[in-house]
Amino acid sequence: MLNLKQLEKVFYEGTPDEKKALQGVDLTLNEGDFVTVIGSNGAGKSTLLNIIAGVLFPDFGAITIDDKDVTFIPEQKRSKWIGRVFQDPMAGTAPNMTIEENLALALGRTKKRSFLRGVNAKRREEFQDLLSSIDIGLEDRLNTKVGLLSGGERQALSLVMATFTKPRILLLDEHTAALDPARAELITNITKDIVKKHQLTTLMVTHQMDQAIELGNRLFMMDAGQIIFDADEKQKKDLTVEQLIEEFQKIRGKQFTNDRAMLSV
Amino acid sequence: MVGALYGAFESGLIYALMALGVYLTFRVLDFPDLTVDGSFVTGGAVSAIMIVNGSDPFLATLLGGVAGFLAGCVTGLLHTKGNINPLLAGILMMTALYSINLRIMDMPNIPLLNQSTIFTKIEAWWNSLQLDEILMKPFTALGISDYAPRTFLVIVSMVVFVIIIKFVMDWLLQTEAGLALRATGDNIRMVRSLSANTNRYIVMGLGLSNGLVAISGALIAQYNGFADVNLGIGMIVVGLASVIIGEGLFGTKKIARTTLAVILGAIAYRIIIALALRVDFVDASDMKLITAVIVVAALVIPHWWKQVKENNRRHTKKRQLHQNGKGENTHA
Ligand SMILES: Nc1ncnc2c1ncn2[C@@H]1O[C@H](COP(=O)(O)OP(=O)(O)O)[C@@H](O)[C@H]1O
Ligand SMILES: [Mg+2]
Repeated sequence: MLNLKQLEKVFYEGTPDEKKALQGVDLTLNEGDFVTVIGSNGAGKSTLLNIIAGVLFPDFGAITIDDKDVTFIPEQKRSKWIGRVFQDPMAGTAPNMTIEENLALALGRTKKRSFLRGVNAKRREEFQDLLSSIDIGLEDRLNTKVGLLSGGERQALSLVMATFTKPRILLLDEHTAALDPARAELITNITKDIVKKHQLTTLMVTHQMDQAIELGNRLFMMDAGQIIFDADEKQKKDLTVEQLIEEFQKIRGKQFTNDRAMLSV
Repeated sequence: MVGALYGAFESGLIYALMALGVYLTFRVLDFPDLTVDGSFVTGGAVSAIMIVNGSDPFLATLLGGVAGFLAGCVTGLLHTKGNINPLLAGILMMTALYSINLRIMDMPNIPLLNQSTIFTKIEAWWNSLQLDEILMKPFTALGISDYAPRTFLVIVSMVVFVIIIKFVMDWLLQTEAGLALRATGDNIRMVRSLSANTNRYIVMGLGLSNGLVAISGALIAQYNGFADVNLGIGMIVVGLASVIIGEGLFGTKKIARTTLAVILGAIAYRIIIALALRVDFVDASDMKLITAVIVVAALVIPHWWKQVKENNRRHTKKRQLHQNGKGENTHA
């Protein structure tokens, strides 16, 4: 359903600062795939997600979603089909608006925004049910301004906002990296539940290798703007962190360098 | 003295529309829009030239507002399509509008005395209702009829109009589109990721804001009895002063509360200026300096006050700790 062909992206082309962020990325995601993506810093993971989302346009290559060419469709149009959660908990919500207002805003992703009241009694009830399902008490705080929530709560809300309109593709870019371990685990569990419940086709970048192995049905390893390793469901089952690191050395002939990678075994 | 205060109250009500416009850009959209200095005059210019040419004053005021709306949209386009920084886009538009306003007016000043304005129109109807006599009764009953205004016409009509605009604005900001507009000023990146065209909301928001500012300018011209090309100078600071005073005095908990606060702020500002002008050594030409000082004070004092309180709190804590420590020592 998502198809990327020979994507290339270069920043500052032709200057001494030239950075080849993507160098020929091909990939196909099938309906319901949950792919985890790992890779060293600067491997091009965020750039890849940004190009899929339409924040950046590729220098070369094509992107199709459901056989529709979306390569140069701008972000705000493409986001009809794409839900995103960013690394920064501040990025996914509007701090000076209330929880219910933020949710109402997210409803507008799939339908045209009207001049009718954004939050009405019926919607409020729906929002309450929705938030009850993630069970962190947000359902009782619909009128709280989001800026007063903790990072973890904001990230949970971002996740709900990105998914409850059932996007075709969910993009998660290290969305637990800024949280403490307990909160990160909470968000990881919520992610698992939501993706399962809505059967979302998901690309999740993570720097935790064990998490990348545990979650999802496929795993990509990226390096220097390329996908260098693609484990399918069967391969992924028996994968270990050591094997992943070994695999990397075998392919690249160098050490896996990522100061943030957590090799918690 | 009392007459001056009623005058301040009346013009405060009319300027409240301008302040609501400034609130919409500065606070809701987080876009410091300086177009206001020009669009305020544009409203006055369009309505004045139409009125002296015999147009209906209501239509003239409305079209003044439309002209302001268009000016605001241009500023929005300069920013969104032309990638010009918000402050510069506003300054460019404000500068351009100065010439455009002179073109519209064909002279720097258009007197509106003995013309049919919105206020003379309402007056005829108002007098037939004999409302002044009713409203005057409490004053005469209390024996303070000297302290009553000459007429309640401007006050009543403007209170009604400003409140209608306030409710429309409150409602608009709660709609789905309104939520997207507010979020555009709060977290623009997120709004894009939720499939909203932020450029459109910025252009529309600036248009609406300057439409309100221009209507305010049109009404002020008719209230004062003249349109003047220089009347807009420093208007943005006046609007900011109103917003800041209002927010400071009356709070910002909810949208409805904040818009009311902005209206009251605009009235409070006019009253402060009226009182300042009673002071002997203050000239009318000092008004802009006073306004700037008010804005600076309103920005600096709360910050400074918070620091003083924080210091006091720390001090008290320290003393308490110290005393507790001593207490423990004697126990041991
Ligand atoms: N907006 C940008 N401008 C310039 N260079 C960028 C930009 N975004 C990413 N890069 C560069 O592209 C490369 C890939 O970055 P990124 O996709 O963020 O890596 P990752 O998310 O895998 O750590 C890096 O060398 C980075 O410096
Ligand atoms: Mg990244």
